[in-house]
Amino acid sequence: MNARRKKRLALATALIGGVAAIASLLLYALNSNLNLFYTPTEIVQGKKDTGVKPEVGQRIRVGGMVTVGSMVRDPNSLHVEFAVHDAAGGEVIVTYDDLLPDLFREGQGIVAQGVLIEGGKLEATEVLAKHDENYMPPEVAEAMGQSHEKLDYNAEQKAGY
Amino acid sequence: MWKWLHSYADPERAYNLSGKLLPWFSMLAISLIGIGSVWGLAFAPVDYQQGDSYRIIFIHVPAASMSMSAYMAMATSAFIGLVWQIKSADWAAAAIAPIGAVVTFIALITGATWGKPMWGTWWVWDARLTSELVLLFLYLGVIALYASFEDKVLAARAAGILAIVGVINIPIIKYSVEWWNSLHQPATIKITEKSSMAAEMLYPLLINILGFGLMIGAITLVRFRAEILARNSMRPWVRELAMTEGVK
Repeated sequence: MNARRKKRLALATALIGGVAAIASLLLYALNSNLNLFYTPTEIVQGKKDTGVKPEVGQRIRVGGMVTVGSMVRDPNSLHVEFAVHDAAGGEVIVTYDDLLPDLFREGQGIVAQGVLIEGGKLEATEVLAKHDENYMPPEVAEAMGQSHEKLDYNAEQKAGY
Repeated sequence: MWKWLHSYADPERAYNLSGKLLPWFSMLAISLIGIGSVWGLAFAPVDYQQGDSYRIIFIHVPAASMSMSAYMAMATSAFIGLVWQIKSADWAAAAIAPIGAVVTFIALITGATWGKPMWGTWWVWDARLTSELVLLFLYLGVIALYASFEDKVLAARAAGILAIVGVINIPIIKYSVEWWNSLHQPATIKITEKSSMAAEMLYPLLINILGFGLMIGAITLVRFRAEILARNSMRPWVRELAMTEGVK
């Protein structure tokens, strides 16, 4: 390799290395801000690295699993209340007044956006279902005890919408 | 050691070689995408949660993974072009960019279409979706830079530097779902461990990913040949080619 090529190779490699260094520092600095949502544990105990807790009245997103058996639906309206937990043991109650997405069910991962109100509750304005990376035919799912049933809405609930 | 490779830097040889490769790439791409899509869209079983809606995965995942592979191919060509000053490599990078942009766009559109019924929203600014959108802008930037200089040697240098700088986005896209919590699910196809997808869904998906790769290769060859002709239009061999092939 001649000297000019060597120089260009060194320059190009330095360019990549420099950009990689800048990007990793930037991402490191922004790390906690790049998360889409708070986990329930972070809302209850504060963030692990900074200890920052979201305040009452703040608009936040919370993401986690819907606790099985926690869902309470008002038979006369779309009002629904459920708990969201994570593996670290935190739990937050979410209230919502709109149609839930198709994938929503107890045990499902969800991301809820809303305002944190007194008592560690989240008044959600939007509930998104988080799909996991598992894909399987219904027979297989049934054999594993993971069948999926959609929510039914009665006439009164539909009329209220 | 690499001397034999240098002979293909010659535009005429590169043109002829890509002409020979083109039918293989296109035939394989058409048959693989045909098999994969029919198998995936018509014969693969439905998903236990999503029903038939999950079938968009047979387009979305190949497009998304190939948008990153195409970028790496483009950046590698640009790197070779920049360091070794091989013009054919610059032309190859310029040939890939628009294809990569279209594939990225397909990945974003199919993802949004799936997200609306499944997540409940078309778009959310999470790390994966945002970094894939940045990839689209990087492609558009490379295309724009290459197009905006009259002097194509200079154009290739400017576009090449942007392409190389943008490489940093590729690991960010790939690992965004692991480093941060996001709405987008983690990878289904895993190389080191068992994929979290039933085999009868996985095979058509893998076939389609390979097919998309070959399709990008085939279209790149077509565009590469056109780029060679455009950049060498004053050369005797191109004029001769024009005479024999006939501009009627």
